[in-house]
Amino acid sequence: MTGFFAAIAEAWSELRIHRTRVLLSLIGVGIAVAALTLVTALGGMVQQSQTETFERQAGRPAMLQLYAYNTATGTNPDLADLDAAFAGAMERYRIDYSSRVANNSWRIQFPNGVTDVNIMAVDADYGTMHRVQLAQGSWFTDRDAQRLAPAVIVNEFMWRQLGSPPLDTHPTIALPGAIPATGVIIAVTPSPVWDEWPSMYVMWNAYADRMTPEDLQNWGPPTYEAWVPPELAEQLTPLISQDVAGALGEDFQVDVNRQDYLAWGDGSDPLLPLKLMVGGVAILILLLGALGLLTISLVTVRYRIREIGIRRSFGATGGRVFFSVMMESVVATFVAGAVGVMIAVLLTRLPIVQEYLLQGAQDVPPFPWEAVVVGLVSATLVGALAGLLPALVAVRVKVIDAIRY
Amino acid sequence: MALLRLEGVARSVQLPDFSTLEILRSIDFEAEVGDHVSIVGRSGSGKSTLLNLLGLLDVPTSGRLFFDEVPLENLSSRARDRRRGRDIGFIFQQFNLLPGRTALENVATPLLYASGREFWNRQRIAGEMLERVGLGGRMHSMPTQLSGGEQQRVAIARALVRGPRLILADEPTGALDVETGASVMGLLDDIAEQSGAALITITHDPNVAALARRHYRLDGGVLSPAVEVASPAEVLA
Repeated sequence: MTGFFAAIAEAWSELRIHRTRVLLSLIGVGIAVAALTLVTALGGMVQQSQTETFERQAGRPAMLQLYAYNTATGTNPDLADLDAAFAGAMERYRIDYSSRVANNSWRIQFPNGVTDVNIMAVDADYGTMHRVQLAQGSWFTDRDAQRLAPAVIVNEFMWRQLGSPPLDTHPTIALPGAIPATGVIIAVTPSPVWDEWPSMYVMWNAYADRMTPEDLQNWGPPTYEAWVPPELAEQLTPLISQDVAGALGEDFQVDVNRQDYLAWGDGSDPLLPLKLMVGGVAILILLLGALGLLTISLVTVRYRIREIGIRRSFGATGGRVFFSVMMESVVATFVAGAVGVMIAVLLTRLPIVQEYLLQGAQDVPPFPWEAVVVGLVSATLVGALAGLLPALVAVRVKVIDAIRY
Repeated sequence: MALLRLEGVARSVQLPDFSTLEILRSIDFEAEVGDHVSIVGRSGSGKSTLLNLLGLLDVPTSGRLFFDEVPLENLSSRARDRRRGRDIGFIFQQFNLLPGRTALENVATPLLYASGREFWNRQRIAGEMLERVGLGGRMHSMPTQLSGGEQQRVAIARALVRGPRLILADEPTGALDVETGASVMGLLDDIAEQSGAALITITHDPNVAALARRHYRLDGGVLSPAVEVASPAEVLA
């Protein structure tokens, strides 16, 4: 036990005596670990941003999509029947989030003329299911379905075309259709620079109320989406299909498919290329740091040959010298790793970094603990590896030759 | 009982052309507790190799070496290291104080390899040892702030701090002027005598050798008793 404390005391003494050299070698390791941790953490943030982009496009995992059609005639089922069958399945399997989704185009009056506007008709759950972002205002609630003046959510481009009216003034637009109505803008979605076409969300009921039964039949039924726990998706898919088909009758084919990003392609992780790239960069950075440390350590051991010889003459065993040189390297790199991790944490907390990398992601990921662990473990491993060669050199020192060196 | 005994010890090395260079040949030697022995030899006579063997830093090619009547071949490398730390103190020509450490830290360094009380009380023990060599007032001085004589005193304190039974002094006054050298040797001789340790001085300086009670000459790898040396009184005069 004394030997262990003595080795620690010796390593600490060495670090204190050689603080300038240690500091110089630690700068390289600290920067490497900070870079490694930063890359890992930023990779996590980019990944989160990428994930949310995928989820906005295709829904959060696991998103099931349902279609129904008559196998004999190819016609669509009655909308009310399909609504009831789908709602029944949602209730039976206690699925809390579901939505009807339909796309259409309406001609809307703007101050400078009439323009075709892309319409997406959805239920209130759609906002959560697809992580819909809002620049201002609030997403639909179930109560909005009862409004006589339908609530609409427009994109920023359309909002600017309308003269950027403040939402607290309850700006309105004229909604066309079989039964025209006045829509109230309750929220605005952000428009990236490439989004240069007006679009808006309306609630499914408000959309359906504006359409004649013939139009609805012509446009076809909406797509039905259900957000289910990923681990139950495979089990629920055939059950929902069977239930809805059973309710519609034997003439109807009901297809339920998973559409979220985790179901894309051949089942492999679509973020794998990004992860591999980030990991590759991190490893490269660490290898460069390790190389720098190894060089300094080897030069240092040459410089310390006489000292090692003197210690051997005091009775330091080969194992003790090996352990001592290793410990110096490991203790130093661990401290450097801790400093590097702290630097990385501070850098990722900078608003400019978060804004640039997260690209407005809703769920800002906390600083990933795996990055901290990766940073510290890598630093310690690098310390051990970089200390190994110098430690072996130190053990092979011929004592009297070293003392006379 | 001999503290250290060499029986027909030889040491040779193989050269790059696969020929063998004999450095030490058939050496018989004994040192007892309280002995003071000098070994004189020119450069290249094998003094360093003999020092390696006496300090348990090397093993003979042939012959037998006993420490405390225990044959060296019965000791593992680790056991030799431990015995060296516990029983042997080294004093070098160039002092070899560890740079960047105070006199106190230098003297305390061998105690890092001790165990129990020696380790935990190392600062106090080192301080007492420095007092003993007359450097109680220079404990916190760096080696660069000490004179040559003071540095060698620190080195002596460091060699003796674990109470060794054998002190190996390799050209202990080689880097000192005559007067300081004589003073340092006087101190070393006194302390060794007080502690009852055997002192083996390896030197090429006949004056230093004269302070010993038994004298040897190493020539061409052969160790033989020396007869013509100055008396201690002549040396110190």
